[in-house]
Amino acid sequence: MVAPSPYARDLKLFGTRRARLRLAAAVVALGVLPFVASPFLLDLANQVLLACIGALALMLLTGFAGLISLGTAGLLAAGAYTVGALFREFGAPFWVTLPCAALLGALLGLIFGLPSMRLRGLYLAISTLGLHFVMVYLGGEYEARQSLSTGVMIDPPSIGSFSLTSGRAWYAVLLGFAALALLISVNLKRTRTGRAWRALRERDVVAGALGIDVQRFKLLAFVVSATMTAIAGALFAYFRNFVSIDAFSLYLTVQYVAMIIIGGMGSIPGALLGAAFVILFPYAIEALASYLPERFSNTVFALDYAAFGLVMILFLLLEPAGLVGLWRRLRNAVTARRAKTAS
Amino acid sequence: MSLQLVANVIVLAAIYALVSVGYVLIYRVSRVLNLAHGELMMIGAYFLVATSSLFSGNPIVAIALAALCGLAMGIVVYAVLMRWMTGEAVLAAVLITIALGILLRGLAVLVWTTQQFYPGATLGWHNPSVRIVPGVQISAASIAIVIVTAAVYLGLFVFLQFTRWGIRMRAAGQNPLLAEQRGIRLHGVYALAWGLSTFTASLAGMILALDSGVESTMATIGLKAFPAALVGGLDSLIGALIGALIVAAAEIAAIQYVNPLLSDVVPFLVLLVVLAIRPWGLFGSREQLDRV
Repeated sequence: MVAPSPYARDLKLFGTRRARLRLAAAVVALGVLPFVASPFLLDLANQVLLACIGALALMLLTGFAGLISLGTAGLLAAGAYTVGALFREFGAPFWVTLPCAALLGALLGLIFGLPSMRLRGLYLAISTLGLHFVMVYLGGEYEARQSLSTGVMIDPPSIGSFSLTSGRAWYAVLLGFAALALLISVNLKRTRTGRAWRALRERDVVAGALGIDVQRFKLLAFVVSATMTAIAGALFAYFRNFVSIDAFSLYLTVQYVAMIIIGGMGSIPGALLGAAFVILFPYAIEALASYLPERFSNTVFALDYAAFGLVMILFLLLEPAGLVGLWRRLRNAVTARRAKTAS
Repeated sequence: MSLQLVANVIVLAAIYALVSVGYVLIYRVSRVLNLAHGELMMIGAYFLVATSSLFSGNPIVAIALAALCGLAMGIVVYAVLMRWMTGEAVLAAVLITIALGILLRGLAVLVWTTQQFYPGATLGWHNPSVRIVPGVQISAASIAIVIVTAAVYLGLFVFLQFTRWGIRMRAAGQNPLLAEQRGIRLHGVYALAWGLSTFTASLAGMILALDSGVESTMATIGLKAFPAALVGGLDSLIGALIGALIVAAAEIAAIQYVNPLLSDVVPFLVLLVVLAIRPWGLFGSREQLDRV
């Protein structure tokens, strides 16, 4: 009998029976949701699923490979504008626009990744910030050239007579894409690429000494992440039926960065939790604001900004491991308590 | 290029230089990049809104009080927030300044709404347009910002070069461990750097408010001034001055000869070019840079 290699456990997709049970429960819950949720809740769920794709993409890049990027909004804009421009100029259907968005995303990932050959840390983040402004300018320029003062309207994607408009149909599609993104992330993390990225994150000089092709894996991280982000942007355009450059501000990038911090850096469940938290947060604030004096309820967006900034600060100061870290700490406290009462 | 364009470049460069010196001060002393700088500048401008309505008959008192608040603001930010980030990863410190920026944006609207304020009008000052040479007109506030920028750079140069606290600040920036061993209180030095940074930012915000009013979108100027600091080198004062001139000249030229829409993107294009060729900036010190 061959002894299992030390990696055998890491390599398994679903390690234990408990993990399989958990997965089954999640699948059932996600399957039942569209039939019990109100249209509003369903819309929220769709937004969360969409954000999950972008959050996972950023988690691959920053959480796994340790490459800091402030380019998420720019890449989302690139995907959305690919759809908008191709649809407006040529009436292209989704099976043309989505692959084009993915291709453009991969290309932009290469471009965004090039500075990582020379720069790291802060300077890399700044170079992606510069590229963000270039992308936003290009989008604005396109709108100005076409004299579209309000943005680009897009018809829903359709096959034959069926067109994707209802919340439930969108839920199925977005769940599919989010599940695919999740599977890709899990697979990348547990295989050779993921281990190479983790080595890069810890110390790229050492990674190079271990025989990892540093530049190749850095570029790969950027390309994979940017492709996923651009596809999320394209889906966003179809989901909203509308593209406008105002939607892709720097604040959007900050929201995605907040997702991976609040969720828990380097953790896949963290990306999902963070996405849900950041998307649902403004709705919670809005609900709370209705109890506040009128002066505050009139400027809900400002209240939302202030509260969001505060939550981000609190997480960074008090729980840098995010919601996943909080959960782990809670679980450990409970286990310790149980052990104490048992003894 | 006409003389008017030259004047415009100098005024814009002065604005960028006065804002970007705050990035340099904090980065040079504590290696923290403060991405809330634009928001802090905006709050400085709002301080003038508050003091100008309190002391509408006495502009000097109003401006001095607002400037003092600007100085105190940085010290408070350091003491309450940034102090806990010393020794943490660079990224965490940057992220916390981003979060602070968002918090301040929200608070500014909650306190002062989205309305546009004109503290100049409250103080009874109407910002006349001045003709400096035939055919060149700029506003009085623009002249003020050029003078203030020159004074701030001169003052900071003297402060850092010759005074006790200035030397302490440079020492802390060069080698915090050795500096602390020689009895320099790092927290005090860092707090001072933050105070000076928000003080200069507040001056910029206040003059801009006197020039064209203040509203909640003012913070974006802070981000546009950031490339100036990086082009010159994040830890060099003279670099920030020259970086501001380069960025301002490129921006005005692009607006004038190419496309006004380029205004927001040109500073960052210059930044990308510099990052590609000489990432540590024109005057920055090379060994500090986290390079592959």
